[in-house]
Amino acid sequence: MDYTHSDPAAEGEVLPTTAKILIAGGFGVGKTTLVSAISEIRPLRTEETISDRSVGVDDISGVDRKTTTTVAMDFGRITFRADLAVYLFGTPGQERFWFMWDELAYGTLGAVVLADTRRLADCFASVDYFEQHATPFVVAVNCFDDAPHYEPEDVRIALDLDPGAPVVLCDARQRDSVKQVLITLVKHVLSNTASSHEYQDTALPAS
Amino acid sequence: MIAPKDRWMDREAGPVVRPYAVTKGRTAGGTSMSLIDVVVAAIDPQAPAGFRLTPEHRQILDLCRQPITVVDLASDIDLPVGVVRVLLSDLSQHGILRILGTPRGPVTNERLLRDVLDGLHAL
Repeated sequence: MDYTHSDPAAEGEVLPTTAKILIAGGFGVGKTTLVSAISEIRPLRTEETISDRSVGVDDISGVDRKTTTTVAMDFGRITFRADLAVYLFGTPGQERFWFMWDELAYGTLGAVVLADTRRLADCFASVDYFEQHATPFVVAVNCFDDAPHYEPEDVRIALDLDPGAPVVLCDARQRDSVKQVLITLVKHVLSNTASSHEYQDTALPAS
Repeated sequence: MIAPKDRWMDREAGPVVRPYAVTKGRTAGGTSMSLIDVVVAAIDPQAPAGFRLTPEHRQILDLCRQPITVVDLASDIDLPVGVVRVLLSDLSQHGILRILGTPRGPVTNERLLRDVLDGLHAL
């Protein structure tokens, strides 16, 4: 860890800029492995109300209509500088936690959909979600040792992805490989941002 | 031989006090914030008259002397994020904590994206 730049007493507060990236994909595809390969893993407890998706709108009135559920999850933090950190959130796999996706996806820089070629269908739901919400994403094929090898183009066709959506091969255990996946994602978002500026000033939600 | 007090209070039992007990049952505060919003306590936080700080409020103020994200704070304090949000909202509304929002909606800040890209390359 490098804290050489932080001297808040002398220079005033160092206010961090933060961004988040979602790591999605089916159960057992290596989401936690990917996050731990490149970032500092931290535990998080959430206890959220299922029927109340928005935060900060009401008080105890109507509390009897709500159901709370506890979800234990991890997140990763990559601290680039004292004033810049990126957070990686693995999306909960089970359907009963879908309500959390909106919260996690809101304001996200982009997403990585981790895929296993032996169970490609497991990532359909993630791809659908990000396409519907206009969240930029890359598909990263986690190359398990015993999985058949496919070219990225084959995976693109199998997933019926837009031509512009990047598909990369990766090893979720390897830091450098995961780094390349994230670089591909950020470049993809940058290219979208640059091109969208040419014909529209304000991006409205797609739905 | 298991002592009577240990009989039901094992790891499987979970917390004895339900998490929202510390918020007096409130599941949402008045201020919205995202997981990666940065919060920071006032320099010498004094609770205004009529607002009673709970031990959890004090713990949060202590951890927020330096700017920290909501999600890091929740991890440090080991309370569910929903509970931490309600408590942060209390402190913010009484003027003894600031919530520094991150931009909402799609990230189109090219400067931020380039900084992240440079950071990743340098890893």
